Amino acid sequence: MHRYRFVLFRPLQFLPVLFGISVITFVLVRLIPGDPARILLGTRATPAAIANIRAQYGLDDPIWVQYLYFIKNLLAGEMGRSTLYKIDVLRLIGTRIEPTLALVGMGVLLALIIALPCAALSARRQGRIADHAVRLASTAGIGFPSFWLGAMLILLFSVRLGWLPVSGYGQGFADKLVHLVLPGLTIALSLSAVLTRSLRAGMIAGLQSDIATAARARGLPESAVFWHHVVPNALLPTVNLLAVNIGWLIGGTVVVESVFALPGLGQLMVRGIFTRDYMVVQGVALTFACATVLINFLADIVTVALDPRVEL
Amino acid sequence: MISAAQTGVPAPVLSVRGLTVSVRNGDGPALVRDLSFDLAPGETLAIAGESGSGKSLTSLAIMGLLPSALRSEGGQVRFDGRDLLTLPESALRDIRGGRIAMIFQEPMTSLNPVMTIGAQLVEALDAHETVSRSKARARALTALVAVRISQPERRMGQYPHELSGGMRQRVMIAMALLLRPAVLICDEPTTALDVTVQREVLDLLRDLQRETGTALILITHDMGVVAEMADRVLVMRAGQMVEQGHVRQIFSTPAADYTRELLAAVPRMGKGCGARPVPASAPVAVLRDVSVRFDIRSGLTRRVTHRVHAVESVSFQILPGETFALVGESGCGKSTIAKAMVGLVQHDGRIELAGRLRGSLDAQGRKALCRDVQMVFQDPMAALDPRMRVGDLVAEPLQIHAIGTPAERRARMFELFDLVGLPRDSAERYPHEFSGGQRQRICIARALALRPRLIICDESASALDVSVQARVLALLDELKRDLGIAYLFISHDMAVVENIADRVAVMYLGQVVEMGCRAQIFGNPQHPYTRRLIEAVPAPDPDHLRPAHLRPAGEVPSPIHPLGAGPVRMELRDIGGGHLVALPSSTMESAA
Repeated sequence: MHRYRFVLFRPLQFLPVLFGISVITFVLVRLIPGDPARILLGTRATPAAIANIRAQYGLDDPIWVQYLYFIKNLLAGEMGRSTLYKIDVLRLIGTRIEPTLALVGMGVLLALIIALPCAALSARRQGRIADHAVRLASTAGIGFPSFWLGAMLILLFSVRLGWLPVSGYGQGFADKLVHLVLPGLTIALSLSAVLTRSLRAGMIAGLQSDIATAARARGLPESAVFWHHVVPNALLPTVNLLAVNIGWLIGGTVVVESVFALPGLGQLMVRGIFTRDYMVVQGVALTFACATVLINFLADIVTVALDPRVEL
Repeated sequence: MISAAQTGVPAPVLSVRGLTVSVRNGDGPALVRDLSFDLAPGETLAIAGESGSGKSLTSLAIMGLLPSALRSEGGQVRFDGRDLLTLPESALRDIRGGRIAMIFQEPMTSLNPVMTIGAQLVEALDAHETVSRSKARARALTALVAVRISQPERRMGQYPHELSGGMRQRVMIAMALLLRPAVLICDEPTTALDVTVQREVLDLLRDLQRETGTALILITHDMGVVAEMADRVLVMRAGQMVEQGHVRQIFSTPAADYTRELLAAVPRMGKGCGARPVPASAPVAVLRDVSVRFDIRSGLTRRVTHRVHAVESVSFQILPGETFALVGESGCGKSTIAKAMVGLVQHDGRIELAGRLRGSLDAQGRKALCRDVQMVFQDPMAALDPRMRVGDLVAEPLQIHAIGTPAERRARMFELFDLVGLPRDSAERYPHEFSGGQRQRICIARALALRPRLIICDESASALDVSVQARVLALLDELKRDLGIAYLFISHDMAVVENIADRVAVMYLGQVVEMGCRAQIFGNPQHPYTRRLIEAVPAPDPDHLRPAHLRPAGEVPSPIHPLGAGPVRMELRDIGGGHLVALPSSTMESAA
């Protein structure tokens, strides 16, 4: 089990990464033009009231002092108060994280369900009609923007056919699942395109590899050659590709959640930006960044589990 | 096998008639043309030839495993009364692995890296027989025991990368013989292995063949392996059979000119002419107590816990105009010494090149040193930028060192082309347009551009076909005589070393165990490891008396030691005439 020892000490290496993330989100939010005190009090506030608020919130302190307060509060679980929702940002994120997690999970699951068989079909019939169809579809999947794709899916499945709800999140597990199908599919269609291409290339290389030739020479049926010897080796590079794409996807939920009116973090972020609810923007950005770090950590664990040669 | 026993007539197990392989939808010449041969039960047929002769394609065609771009378009492969070329895939599958098995050159790329050895053996068995899980495992284990692998029980649960190259090839053999096939095809089974490991694997194959009565098709470029293993030989060239016959007849009275040339090109042991005496003068390279160690970090703080002792206290000198050979098996540190000499790795100890101490030089001095010491690598294709014209490649060192005007550089480039025997009009072409031997000539021309005093040849002839290798070695020898340069010739091939070296140092686990002139090392080898190396070389002579079974070498001890500890340093003792031999130490004795 020594190959999994990195699970214990790798989180220590996150410390500098998390420090960097906190600095960048802190500084970026401070770079947004406009005085937070003025925004808080409105345009007709008196200079005295503004000065009062500035002193109260420590806005007159040097920026590094402000940063230290920020870190101190963060460690105590305080991300500040949302000016719009009038509640603590951490609690706000807590209530909004579920739809986003469910959406990303649904998207990745559907993407894998689409990508694996498509790549397998394409690789095993390389140069034939099925292969061309898959390649065309995956090019299209990469090409179409998700806001357009989402709208088209709503038009077809919700408006025209009436099979699935137009938008919203619903109540209860089954209802939520039904509401997640179309947004999940929107994510999956573009994600699966990327995965299909990577898997297909890996599988084609695998089918021509010495491993496959040696397996055939042992008399293994082609299906065993493919699923036991080609696929596991083609999956290895795809795991990291998937991790990178999930990180990118989390940012992408901003668009998909808006299109489907899902009450998740992405939508919270958009509203936070429009209403200059800086504490919310800062909190959600921090959450997204930490999630990306965590996903790459999970990808490392999966890689070690799949490939006995890897030692981290 | 069975039919032969019943009738008493050695009817062939496998009979190939008029086999032709060509590119699908292509109109070029066939890659294998009209090939016919028979394989008798229990016999070993060697198919010998150089690269591109079609010998590997022949084996794939027999198995029905040709890449999809190729097809066998004529002839018959008769086995068990059926023509394999017309059999449907499902019937072929029963034969593959079950009746005709195959092992490949590279055991690492032929084994699935993410499956345990045991699982792969069991899977191969499952493909042909319905046996219970426990029974399959038991048979897999028996097969591992049969190929004399150490700790077979433990190997079952290990992954391919945890095994050495020799053990992996044993696993491949175990897998091939699991179902007691009538025919075993071995495609360059020992080419990727060290010479002492090759010796063990060849012995193993011969013993197993004797026990099981399997007929063997041995595909190889190595005439030494052919002479040792084969009953009959089929020589191929450019897709066609040149001749076939009994092994003694092929080696003693070859009928075809090509066979004669091939045999003449094979470097032979015991044929090295006496070393030329080198006039005493200031050496071009002096190494004194050179060590190279690599740190291994582990744990939370990435602290150094172990060190790889790649090179340990090595001393030698190279005189102008001599060829000094470093021989040893993979991992012995011979290439690391070369890297230390050209400054690619850090070293301890003194390295003096052309009178200058390597460690004391600044960036300017190190650049100037490149003029005196150049390198020629093993793989010329990897050493040449594929996007540059070869003329520019050869002239590049002159440009880097700002020597001469463009016109002068061009003149020098043509001079170098003449020197290595390349046509001048090929300067405008790109590396991929040349053959392997020509590419190595380009590398040699580039190394010569700065008129160095020492050229380090790191396995420079190892990747070449024998006939090409012989010509490149002759070129190196000629250049040495004409230009007075010295070579550090790094090789694993004892036969090549005996043919080109003036002086030889034998390395084992980072240390020199024996050093002396060619006659001393090959005529009077003293160290047990040197003897092992020399005896392990397959002699290209079927009547050569092979030494009795060598003791299995087992695994080479690890050069990794915990911090503070290190290998036992071996003292070299002069036993007369400059012939240095390591004092026997307990570790060496047990290993060799």
